[in-house]
Amino acid sequence: MDKRITAREAVAQIKDGMTVGIGGWGPRRKPMALVREILRSDVKDLTVVAYGGADVGMLCASGKVKKLIFAFVSLDFIPLEPFFRQARQNGDIEVMEIDEGMMLLGLRAAAWRLPFIPTEVGLGTDIISKNPDIKVIDSPYDDKEWVAMPALKLDVALVHVDRADARGVCQISGPDHYLDDWMVRAADNAIVSCDELVETSFFHEPARAREVFWERCATNAVVHIPGGAHPTSCSPLYGFDVPHFKAYAGFAKEGGLQAYLDQYLGDSEEAYQQNVGGLDAIKAIELPTY
Amino acid sequence: MSTPAKDFTLAELCIVAAAEAFRDDGEVLATGIGVIPRLAASLAMKTFNPDLMMTDSEAFLLSEPNPLGKRGDDFVQANETWMGFSRIFDNVWSGKRHAMLGPTQIDKYGQTNTSALGGTYEKPKVMMLGARGFPGNSISHPNSFFVPGHNNRVFIEGECDFVSSIGFNPERLPKGHSLDDVKIPRVITNLCVMDFGGPDHQIRLLSLHPGVTLEEVQENTGYPIHVEGDIPETPAPTEEQLAIIRAMDPHNQRAYQIKDNPPGIRA
Repeated sequence: MDKRITAREAVAQIKDGMTVGIGGWGPRRKPMALVREILRSDVKDLTVVAYGGADVGMLCASGKVKKLIFAFVSLDFIPLEPFFRQARQNGDIEVMEIDEGMMLLGLRAAAWRLPFIPTEVGLGTDIISKNPDIKVIDSPYDDKEWVAMPALKLDVALVHVDRADARGVCQISGPDHYLDDWMVRAADNAIVSCDELVETSFFHEPARAREVFWERCATNAVVHIPGGAHPTSCSPLYGFDVPHFKAYAGFAKEGGLQAYLDQYLGDSEEAYQQNVGGLDAIKAIELPTY
Repeated sequence: MSTPAKDFTLAELCIVAAAEAFRDDGEVLATGIGVIPRLAASLAMKTFNPDLMMTDSEAFLLSEPNPLGKRGDDFVQANETWMGFSRIFDNVWSGKRHAMLGPTQIDKYGQTNTSALGGTYEKPKVMMLGARGFPGNSISHPNSFFVPGHNNRVFIEGECDFVSSIGFNPERLPKGHSLDDVKIPRVITNLCVMDFGGPDHQIRLLSLHPGVTLEEVQENTGYPIHVEGDIPETPAPTEEQLAIIRAMDPHNQRAYQIKDNPPGIRA
């Protein structure tokens, strides 16, 4: 089976009003080339589920987001994502604000085809009082009340990995695969972009097979986009682009997202990469030290 | 062995005071978010509580804390096990963790806010990070706080604009839970050390930093602080502790954590 498609074909599968999960974490290993393709498209009214960074900021500021399901949105070294803040402060988006771990439980519930997973996380906080859709229930086994974290069923998941083969075997060799496996498993349609396309024999080596976190039947489509996580990191291939993020944040103060897009987005990923200095420059970005 | 230092900064005093929060924790993951909490956890692990566990702030547990900032090319961190973000919750929900973080607001119940200030929830005046992991942390394991600028905008008079973490508010107590389940072992600020060990979990003063008065602390706190007897002075770092702090923070990031990096003993 050959699951390879183009970024444009991938984004054409996303329809108005769909729920889209985006992998990665803050400024790390985000499927940014696919996000950029959304920005070039007409799709709108999305519900976005993410451990958010600039992916969320860009989608909010370009009017693509109806509702955001989030625990945080941050660029890490720039703690507050400027375009997400503006969207919230303007009242532009609906939100379902939850704990980081609740998001994991919601994705797991969807992946496991459960309506909810019980947890004590969220009790006693405004996570419960501000989210009427999250119910608190009695337990059949004890006298406590529990949060029934609802399944976060995704129409589409977008994730970026280091390497994949044409059948959708995906390798993440960086230090953390974040919750990408659960994003993929929670989705009806999991679209994976990869920095490198490899032969199936690449995974014969056991150490490489250990860096595959879901079965290929969970991957619906593979899009080969070298450098496709830029400006976020794809460790160990490249780090996140600090000067680019600083410039991006600057547009929130002056010019707005449209000016950022006018300068960088282009009509294709090739054009974008030319506008940010080329693929070699992306691959030369140093990894961060924590 | 333990010679009190004469010359130290307020940041270093706070690191040593904050390290005390982890002294009796035993074998738990110590997570210090931010420079001073991270150095505090590192100092505790390298001195009086070697059983603590620590991460590389990315995806591995370490048997030795990493120094902060850029390290030499030949540096090899002391990995112990992998612990990526999906596995961190297995630790959090087991309760075997003590986090120290710096919320934007802390109210009289010990509830905190990391999310939104002012306006309405639908349209806040100032949007911040989001609730992050605070809801889960607060109901699962002990959490201490570090506040670099002690004032009544942090220690607000009313309830937090958005409650990210559960505290000692009886009105929000979940069915079947007890207020005693919530653990806030220490609150370290640029003025003093406190906990919530007063009557009915009221905030309580434990020590004042050198030269700071009770009146100054109370004026800068939006609710009454419980005070019992004579309040001691926060102990000065020892030369040995300072040497460890310098080794853990070779680029002196601690100098940028408290406004103007004042000395530990007020001039």
